[in-house]
Amino acid sequence: MPQVAAYDSKIEGNVIFTQLDAAMNWMRKNSLWPMPMGLACCAIELMAAAASRFDIARFGSEVMRFSPRQCDVMIVAGTVTYKMALAVKRIWEQMPEPKWCIAMGACASSGGMYRSYAVLQGIDQLIPVDVYISGCPPRPEALLEGLMRLQKKIEGEQSFLAQKPRLAAELAPEIQRRPPVRAYVRGGIVGAPPSKRTLA
Amino acid sequence: MTGPELLKSLSRLLGLKIQSRIEFRHETTFTIQPQDLREVAKFGRDELSFDYLIDISSVDNLGEEPRFEVVYELYSMTLAIHLRLKLAVSEEVCAVDTVSDIWPTADWHEREIYDMMGIRFNNHPDLRRILMWDGYPFFPLRKDFPLEGLPSEMPDVAFTSAAPMEGGPFVTQPSTATAKDREPRARRPEVTS
Repeated sequence: MPQVAAYDSKIEGNVIFTQLDAAMNWMRKNSLWPMPMGLACCAIELMAAAASRFDIARFGSEVMRFSPRQCDVMIVAGTVTYKMALAVKRIWEQMPEPKWCIAMGACASSGGMYRSYAVLQGIDQLIPVDVYISGCPPRPEALLEGLMRLQKKIEGEQSFLAQKPRLAAELAPEIQRRPPVRAYVRGGIVGAPPSKRTLA
Repeated sequence: MTGPELLKSLSRLLGLKIQSRIEFRHETTFTIQPQDLREVAKFGRDELSFDYLIDISSVDNLGEEPRFEVVYELYSMTLAIHLRLKLAVSEEVCAVDTVSDIWPTADWHEREIYDMMGIRFNNHPDLRRILMWDGYPFFPLRKDFPLEGLPSEMPDVAFTSAAPMEGGPFVTQPSTATAKDREPRARRPEVTS
């Protein structure tokens, strides 16, 4: 865990040693810019979560971007009809990696009450979902809880080794021979060791 | 002439055009032949001041002949009366003359009926689907279309697949029980009749 450097009295206390993954994840999880994919009434709760009473800015996610190229997390809030489904998928594909997805509410998670010819039965049929939030619609607190769960998940990711394998191999060729580095989160060690494919 | 008087005399004015006339709770319904629709509509708008077309809807009476019904809800702003026109459309013909040049609001209503029920409208200026996408192969509000939908595929436009019904449709039974006991459940067989 972070240690305080004590080699120079002038900068003592301002230098922290930590793992690269932990630093990257810490920066990512506290600045998740959402893509507000508001498709139905859940979007009203999403707006409430962003407004002053619930204030999603407390978790670093207040910057709703309407350009997918500037987003980190897509919040699918509402009923995904078949007519809209491929547009949602296209917007998802326009978002840069790393990216995450929150399926907000019953409709986005499973089609909800719409067992119908017109409604996609869950956005996870088209794009990978990290967090599902129950509710019809979920209260803003539930969305904030989902966001905190996502932050918890990001804390445990193998950011550097899994996502920048070539750079890792360039910087430290011996890293492939070493046992996998695990990311640390409060309360224990999480995260699976990187596979051979991601390290290659 | 007041509204009720007008409706009473309407049958005489239109004469043979009206096949039947139903009065129910001060609502008047005329059944007319599809070929008389435009004549009756023009007369209704110009001579009888039915200047407001509230809605057009369609009914699928599967198993009966003729199969479809198209229903026009008219209102007169000056006389404050309603009038309902019904016409029967057989499955073989499956087309009605448009009234979108008489009441412009009919444009989108007729597109919706075409989209959902598959009834075409002759001389409509822009008869495209309005809710589903062009190329969707079914008419989803017809009685023989399954509730869960049917699979279809249009690359780069849209796709559909049948929804899992899991014993549904799920309905809520009216009762004074708590919300937990009133949760939607699969419909019991004895209620389906």
